[in-house]
Amino acid sequence: MSERFHHIALSVNGEEVRERVDARKTLVDFLREDLGLTGSHVGCEHGVCGACTVTLDGVIVRGCLTLAVQCDGASVETIEGASDAGTIADLQEAFRTRNALQCGFCTPGMLLTAAALLAQGGVPSRATIRAHLSGNYCRCTGYHAIVDAVEAVARARAGEAS
Amino acid sequence: MKISDDVAPALSALDRPNSYIGRSVPRPNLARLTQGRAQYVSDVTLPRMGHVAFVRSPYAHARISGIDTAAAKKAPGVIAAVTGAELAQVITPWVGVLTHLKGIKSAPQHAIAVEVACWQGEAVCAVVARTRAEAEDACELVVVDYEELAAVTDPETALDPATPVIHPSLGDNLTFERKYEAGEVDKAFADADEVVETTFHFGRHTGVTNEPRAIVADWNAGDERLTVYQGTQAPHMMQNLFAKHLGLAEHQVRVLTKDVGGSFGIKVHTYADEMATVALAKLLKRPVKFVADRIESFVTDIHARDHRIHAKIGVKRDGTITAFAIDDLTGIGPYSVYPRTSGIEANQVVNLVGGPYTCPNYRAQARVVFQNKNVMCQYRAVGHPIATSVTENLVEMAAARIGMDPVEIRRRNLFPDDAYPCTTATGLKLEKLSHHAALDKIVAMMDYAALRAEQARLRREGIYRGIGFASFIEVTNPSAAFYGVGGARITSQDGATVRLDATGAIFVASGVTEQGQGAEAVIAQCAASAFGVPLDKVRVVLGDTDNVPYGGGTWASRAAGIGGEAAWQAGKVLRGNVLAVAGSILQADAKALDIRDGAVVDADTGRERLGLDEVARIAYFRPDTLPPGFQAELMATRHYVPRGWPFAFTNGVQASWLEVDTDTGFVTLLKHWCVEDCGTVINPQLVDEQVRGGIVQGIGAALFEHCRYDERGQLLNGNMADYLVPMAGEMPDIEVGHVVSPTADSELGAKGAGEAGTAGAPGCVVNAVNDALRPLGAKTIMEIPMTPDVVLRALGRV
Repeated sequence: MSERFHHIALSVNGEEVRERVDARKTLVDFLREDLGLTGSHVGCEHGVCGACTVTLDGVIVRGCLTLAVQCDGASVETIEGASDAGTIADLQEAFRTRNALQCGFCTPGMLLTAAALLAQGGVPSRATIRAHLSGNYCRCTGYHAIVDAVEAVARARAGEAS
Repeated sequence: MKISDDVAPALSALDRPNSYIGRSVPRPNLARLTQGRAQYVSDVTLPRMGHVAFVRSPYAHARISGIDTAAAKKAPGVIAAVTGAELAQVITPWVGVLTHLKGIKSAPQHAIAVEVACWQGEAVCAVVARTRAEAEDACELVVVDYEELAAVTDPETALDPATPVIHPSLGDNLTFERKYEAGEVDKAFADADEVVETTFHFGRHTGVTNEPRAIVADWNAGDERLTVYQGTQAPHMMQNLFAKHLGLAEHQVRVLTKDVGGSFGIKVHTYADEMATVALAKLLKRPVKFVADRIESFVTDIHARDHRIHAKIGVKRDGTITAFAIDDLTGIGPYSVYPRTSGIEANQVVNLVGGPYTCPNYRAQARVVFQNKNVMCQYRAVGHPIATSVTENLVEMAAARIGMDPVEIRRRNLFPDDAYPCTTATGLKLEKLSHHAALDKIVAMMDYAALRAEQARLRREGIYRGIGFASFIEVTNPSAAFYGVGGARITSQDGATVRLDATGAIFVASGVTEQGQGAEAVIAQCAASAFGVPLDKVRVVLGDTDNVPYGGGTWASRAAGIGGEAAWQAGKVLRGNVLAVAGSILQADAKALDIRDGAVVDADTGRERLGLDEVARIAYFRPDTLPPGFQAELMATRHYVPRGWPFAFTNGVQASWLEVDTDTGFVTLLKHWCVEDCGTVINPQLVDEQVRGGIVQGIGAALFEHCRYDERGQLLNGNMADYLVPMAGEMPDIEVGHVVSPTADSELGAKGAGEAGTAGAPGCVVNAVNDALRPLGAKTIMEIPMTPDVVLRALGRV
C-alpha cells in the first residue's frame, strides 16, 4: 500500500500545508475534507459544472479533475484565501449588490473564474463574459445578473463610470 | 448599466416612513455566500459521523433473490451494511396518496427496496463507513442476486392488458385519472371556422440543483432526539414524516435547514435514500451523512414533465377561440411520490389549460400511469409549463391558420382587465389579473412592430428569426386547498415571531426557508418596515423546527406572499408593544408615538423621543422603574394564511426573439422579455432575478434538457456531460417589466413570483422557433426539447 498514500507539501491560501493523502483523492475533496476549506464545492464531480474551481499556481483549475498528489510543491488559492486577501472584494461586492447569486453554491467558482477574465484587463463584451463563464453552471440566476456584475467591475477597474 | 437601483419610493406601499417595501435592498446573507463562508449540508461534519453509500439496482425492474453483505462488512472503515429488510425493522414504508385526488393509488415504498427493485437506481443495500470513499469501496463487495423482470417503460401501453402490472396488489398500472368538461364542447368545435388538432410531447427532465440532495441525521440515544440537517424546502413537513415513520413523537425530531444549494421543487419531497439515512442514524445511534453524487442525483432526484398530450383548439375567422380539448398521458415512475403525490402535475395541466382566456368550452382527460423509471413529481412551476405550452402553441397555430397576428388573437380572447373577479372554464377563481396591460407593456418593451420589420428584412437575406409569445397564469400563495384538504400534514399557514433584543435590534423567526430566492431579505424587509428599524438592525432566523413558528416552508411561490405578510403583521404588533413601553417611560400617549429608523418618535412631527436601545435597556434591566402592573411584552408572533381565495393567481406574458440556423438546426436566443404581475413587489431586484432564473430554467426545458431512457428503463444520459443544461454562453439577456395588481387577501398585497419564468418560457420559445420556420414550410414543432435533430426533422432535412 506504500504507493497508495503520498506525503505532499504545498501552499494553500499562503499557508504551508503538509499532509499524507490517498493517491485517488481529488484536490477539492482534499481542500474540503482534510483542510476544512468548504468554500470550494462539489457539484458534478466530472469537470462540467465549475463549482470546485480554485487557482493552482495562479491558473484556475477544476478541483474535481485535479488530484491532491499533483499539487505537491504547488500554490493553491481558494475562495477563502481570495476573500481574506481582498483581491476580489470589488467583484464580491458587485455580486452582492447586483444579486448575482441566489443559492450561492456556484458562486465561489464563478467568482474565481470571473476574476481570471478580469485579470486580463480591459472591458470585455457581454458575449466575451458569457463565453468565459460558460464552463460554470448556475441553476438559479439565468446568468444575466452575473454578466452585469462582471461587466460593472470591468468598467470600474478601467475607470469608466457604470 | 446600474448594478443597484435601490431608491426609496416616494410613498411607500403602506405609508410607513422609512419603508423597505418596494426597494431593491441587497440580501443580508450574500456577503457570506460570496466569501465561501456558507454552510451547506454537504459541509456539515459531526463527531462519530459515518457516511452512507448505496448499492443501487442496475435493472429497471428486478426481483432481489439474495444479498450477501459479508465481504462488505469486513472492508476497511465499514461500520454497517444494511439491507432493505433489515432497515424495514426501523422505518415503516409510505404510500403517496391524497384524498382530494379522487381515486389516486400507489403502493407502499420502502426506504431501501425489499424483494423487488422498481427502477434503475433504487437503493437495495446501504453501507455506512468512516468515509464516503470507504463506503463506496465496500458497496462494490456487496453481492446482490437479481432476477430481471419485464420493465414497463412506455406510458402508451402501460394500461394494455398484455403489459405487466408493476404492483399486482393495485390491479393495474393506473395511478390517477381525471376527466373534466365545461360548456358545450362539441357544439363549440362544430361552430369553429377552423380546428387545429395536434399532439405534444414534453421530455422528462429534472432539477439539477448545483448542490445535490444532502442530509446529516444524528440520533442521540441519550436525549432520545433525532437532529436532522437537511437541505429541504419544508422542514416541518419533514419533521412530521421522520417522526411518523421512525415511530417517534414530532417533538423528538428537529430539522435544521441552513444554506441550500438550490431546490426548485427537487428538495420538497420524501426521498427513500434520505429516509434510509435517518433510519440508519437511529439504528447505529450515531450521525450518518448522505450526499447524493451527480449520478445518483440523476437517477433519484424527482423527474418531471413527461407528458404526451393530444390537443385541439377551435377558432372563428374573427379570432374568437371557441373551445379547447386535451388528452394528457403521463408516466410517473413506479411510485406516487410521498407525501405530495405524483398526480398533482397532471391535475394542474387539466386546471390550467386555457387559463388566460375567456373561452368557456373545455374538455380534458388526464391519465397518470406507473412505469419502471425514476419517479416524477412536482418541480418548479408544476404543470404550468405544460399547460402554458399547450395553450399558447395552440393559440399561435390557430392564429397562423386564420392569418391573424399572434398579439391580436390574444387581445381578442384574454380575460379583459376589468372582468375580475371571474372564473375560468376549469373553475379557477381569479381575483385580479392584468393580461392586457401586460401584453401592451411587452409589445412596447420589445418594439414589436420594429422587430417584425427586421424579421421580414432578414428573411429576404436568408436569415430566419422568430418571435414567440406566451401569456400565462401562475398559482401562488396556496391555501389549504393544495394539500391540507387532501389529508397531508403540509401547512399552508406560516408564522413569524419578532423579538426586540436588549440593544434595540430585532430577531425575526419565520417558518419559510431560504433556498436562494431571497426569503431572508423579504422577511427582514417586511419586519423592518412594519416595526420601524433599519435593515442592519434585523436578524432573520429560518430553518429550525425547534425555534421558528410552525410553517410550510418554501414552495408554490408562497414564501414572500405568506411568510412576508406574517412578518409584517408580527412587526406591527411588536411596534405597538414597544410603543406601550415607550409611552409609559415617556408618560405619553402611545398612539401619538411611532418607531422610525430605530428610534421612538412623535408620530406627527417625527421628532426623536427615545432610542430603541434605551427602551430595551429599561424594559430588560430596569423593569422596576416601569409603572406598577405594567409588563413589557417584547416578542410578538403572528400567523397568516390566505382565506379569501384558494390561490393568489398571478399573470404575465413572455416574448422570445431568436434565430434558427436552418443548416444545423441550432437555435440562437437573441433576447427574451417578460412582463409579470405578482401584486405588490416587496423587492424589485429579487422579483426580477426570480423571473430571469425561472425563464432560463424553462429555456433549458425547451432546448436542452431531457432524461433519455431506453426501452429497458435505463437512463442513457445521467451525468452533466450528456444531460445538457443552460450555460452562460447560450443564454440571452432578459428584460423584465411589471404590472402591479395587489391581492386584497393580505395587507401587503404580495403574490408569488418564483415560478412565472419557468411557466411561460418553454411555450414562448417553441412559438418563436415555429415562427422562424413557418416561411420555410416546416412542420410545426410540438415537442421539447427542440434539439437540432428535432428542428432539422421539422425542416425535412433529416
